[in-house]
Amino acid sequence: MAIQTSINGKAVALSAEPDTPLLWVIREELGLTGTKFGCGVAACGACTVHVNGEPTRSCSLPVSEVAGKSITTIEGLKSADGTLHAVQQAWIAAQVPQCGYCQSGQIMAAVALIEKTGRPSDAQIDAAMTNLCRCGTYPRIRKAIRAATGQAAQAVEGDV
Amino acid sequence: MADNATVDNAPEAPLKRKGVKRRAFLIGGVAIVGAGLFGISIADSNAAKDAKARITGEGEHSFATWLKISEDDVITIYSPHTDIGQGANTGLAQMLAEELDAAWDQVRIVSAPAEPAFANVGLGRGFLADMTGKPAIINGIPQSFLSFIARQMNLQMTGGSTALRFTGQVTFQKVGAATRLALMETAAKRLNAPVGELTTQDSRVIHAKSSRSLRYGELAAEAATLSLDNEPKLKDPSQYRLMRQSMQRLDIPAKVDGSAQYGIDFAIPDMRIATIQAAPVRGGKLTSVDTAPALAIKGVEKVIKLDDAVAVVAKGYWPAISGLRALAPSFSDGGHAGVSTASIFAAHDAAIAKGEAEGEAGEGDVQAALGAKPIEAKYQLPFLHHAMMEPFALTAQYKDGKLDIWGGMQDPLATKMLAVEVSGLDADNVTFHPMIIGGSFGRRLPMYMEIVGQVTKLAMQLPYPVKLIWSREEEVAQGAYRPQSSAVLTASLTDKKRIAAYRNDYVQPESAESETVFPYILPAVSRRHFAHVSNQQTGAWRSVNSTQQAFYNESFMDELAHAAGEDPVIFRRNHLKADSRHLRVLDEVAARSGWGTPLPAGRGRGVALVESFKTIVAQVVEASVGADGMPKVHKVTTVVDAGSIVNPDAAMAQIEGGTIMGLSSAISEAITLENGKVQQSNLSDYPLMTMAQAPLVQDIHFLNSGAPMGGIGEPGVPPAAPALANALFAATGKRVRNLPIMTQAKG
Repeated sequence: MAIQTSINGKAVALSAEPDTPLLWVIREELGLTGTKFGCGVAACGACTVHVNGEPTRSCSLPVSEVAGKSITTIEGLKSADGTLHAVQQAWIAAQVPQCGYCQSGQIMAAVALIEKTGRPSDAQIDAAMTNLCRCGTYPRIRKAIRAATGQAAQAVEGDV
Repeated sequence: MADNATVDNAPEAPLKRKGVKRRAFLIGGVAIVGAGLFGISIADSNAAKDAKARITGEGEHSFATWLKISEDDVITIYSPHTDIGQGANTGLAQMLAEELDAAWDQVRIVSAPAEPAFANVGLGRGFLADMTGKPAIINGIPQSFLSFIARQMNLQMTGGSTALRFTGQVTFQKVGAATRLALMETAAKRLNAPVGELTTQDSRVIHAKSSRSLRYGELAAEAATLSLDNEPKLKDPSQYRLMRQSMQRLDIPAKVDGSAQYGIDFAIPDMRIATIQAAPVRGGKLTSVDTAPALAIKGVEKVIKLDDAVAVVAKGYWPAISGLRALAPSFSDGGHAGVSTASIFAAHDAAIAKGEAEGEAGEGDVQAALGAKPIEAKYQLPFLHHAMMEPFALTAQYKDGKLDIWGGMQDPLATKMLAVEVSGLDADNVTFHPMIIGGSFGRRLPMYMEIVGQVTKLAMQLPYPVKLIWSREEEVAQGAYRPQSSAVLTASLTDKKRIAAYRNDYVQPESAESETVFPYILPAVSRRHFAHVSNQQTGAWRSVNSTQQAFYNESFMDELAHAAGEDPVIFRRNHLKADSRHLRVLDEVAARSGWGTPLPAGRGRGVALVESFKTIVAQVVEASVGADGMPKVHKVTTVVDAGSIVNPDAAMAQIEGGTIMGLSSAISEAITLENGKVQQSNLSDYPLMTMAQAPLVQDIHFLNSGAPMGGIGEPGVPPAAPALANALFAATGKRVRNLPIMTQAKG
């Protein structure tokens, strides 16, 4: 029986076996390959997506668990007109990625952190950003999160 | 490289060789010792013709193999390197576009086809010449002969920090400059103006006097018919507007929105997914397997037995891996069941005790000068896994007698040739399609990537395309590790706090001599290589042998400084040549790190000075030990002299990341063996450094001495481990001689 869920704002009916990890449904059934396979045991975070806004390691979450929930992948971060999310823009400005393979997961983790904390401290960044990067881009990830939250704070003030 | 290309160092190398077996320089069955003389050309004409046919269409014009200018002014550069994230392609594009005076926003760089016409002759010339110690032209090795060798080797490799310093300097700058001259010559004719009155800017040839200009796109067709100048004059650096600038990396936008297509992302209609398990004791064979439990899983279509592995082919990765896990295959152990981490270290000790070195380099009478009571220290290093974030994945399709393979490899052309060998097909019927690589660090060289043979064998017997993905478990268990290695260092000191004699006896499969530069000037020094080969596959791990040698030498120099009662920076200074680049780099790092100034209680500073790939790096690490016994790195100060830098920000990123990789390996990484099997299973028990553990402050400074360009992708790694170990000694008085540190912290 199909599993009903929403991916990047679009309702979908998934035909995968219920024990299939969400990661493989996203990659192979939906063809959204921005979400990456790194370890399969939730150790590296390359597969991080948002499930109802929570950063989630999709390699270890059976697809049956996301029935009725809302999922956002890296492909869903851009606005409708194609403008990159402020965090993605900060990633380019800080020239964060090297090989880039972990960066979808890093960006999804960072967006969730910023949505939760507004302006994360270094300690909050350390606690939340547990995704692995073998290229060692951590200093630039930190820099980009700081830069992105600077912009977000200004935007919020401007709205008032 | 070490496996199939070795060459004696030039006699002018700083240390005289003693007792080193003279090995012939054999590449692809061709010996280059005593080569005859040939002319020099940017690219031989047959290859250029073939390259042109492969890349040009209507309105597109090819120049010297690597460059294409279209009539709408788009400039496409074909890179024989794989951008693994080190920024090589952006740097190469900057170098060619600089000399061409191209409009940067019209420049594209793509992977060159994996075909012999695109063999990296510039790398062949530069790299092979570098191994002989001198530029090829001075060394008397004809450049065209080295081009021939590069094609023989099917050389399209990325590694050895070679992209910009060899391919860039030897080929791409010249292609840009020569093409610019051809465009100017064409423009001179059309404008009826002397070439001397013409200038170039933003992909236009300009005649200021008559206020006229022509676009490169409208000149390209005719310019492409001219023969190019083989040795065009290059720009003076004062004229640079692209080189030495932090141009944004061209590959980054696609890496932040999920659109970059890595090898593992490739898909094609009817494709199946396979995954595989090879003999857990390397060297073993598949003896039997009951395929039924896998075939009972929904989605599994086939179980395929290979000589030393079993593969499950399914509709998706999840049924494939579930099927594989349901199997209980039996493998033989190849006679290696007794191999363990401890047995390998015991064999190392025995090799040194036996005293029969494979090779020795050095000078002076070390034995005599060591005296009766030398200072001695033994160091032990574990196997290291590359742990690149993208596991191995290749897709192959065998259809109508033709084999196509897609994926990310550090040497696309050699990958194709390996598939030719395994499949038995003609080279014309095998195509490799290079894709983006999710990290490599030396792991994706086809010579030790079993997956190339595996996916070829699977595809040849399947009626549909198949993507073979290695699980992370397979990746960790079947690595091409940095070798487990040991060293015993001995030295004696004079009463003036100087080293009288220094010996480095090290054990690992291959000699480290070609990657090792020992910068200190000593009266008697000896490096002896003792060989021990286990059942494990070892390979190039970022910076190749430099991490092991840096740890031995820079730890021991620190031990000797303390034995002499001397400050570790001053002790090193006292053994360096006055006015040398090494001395300047060391002095700079001491000044910038506040060396010698007070630190909070419990913290220590450690220094290391390492040259690798012609780049000199000195590093000061500030560290303490936490309540859990684990080291905490507070700050790292790094000074780099790579001669000159093409893209400062991209170079900075390499040093930042390289430092973190070096620290990570020192603190927590090890592959260990028991009963012939790797004990680690995934990233959960092969822990990499995290954001929270990475140093909050990295102060990095480039000296840019103007010396010949060194590498940048690898030299950031080697100093970190010894600098950290030395800092921990300064903080605690406890010397770290075995890595990783975590093993000892946890008792």
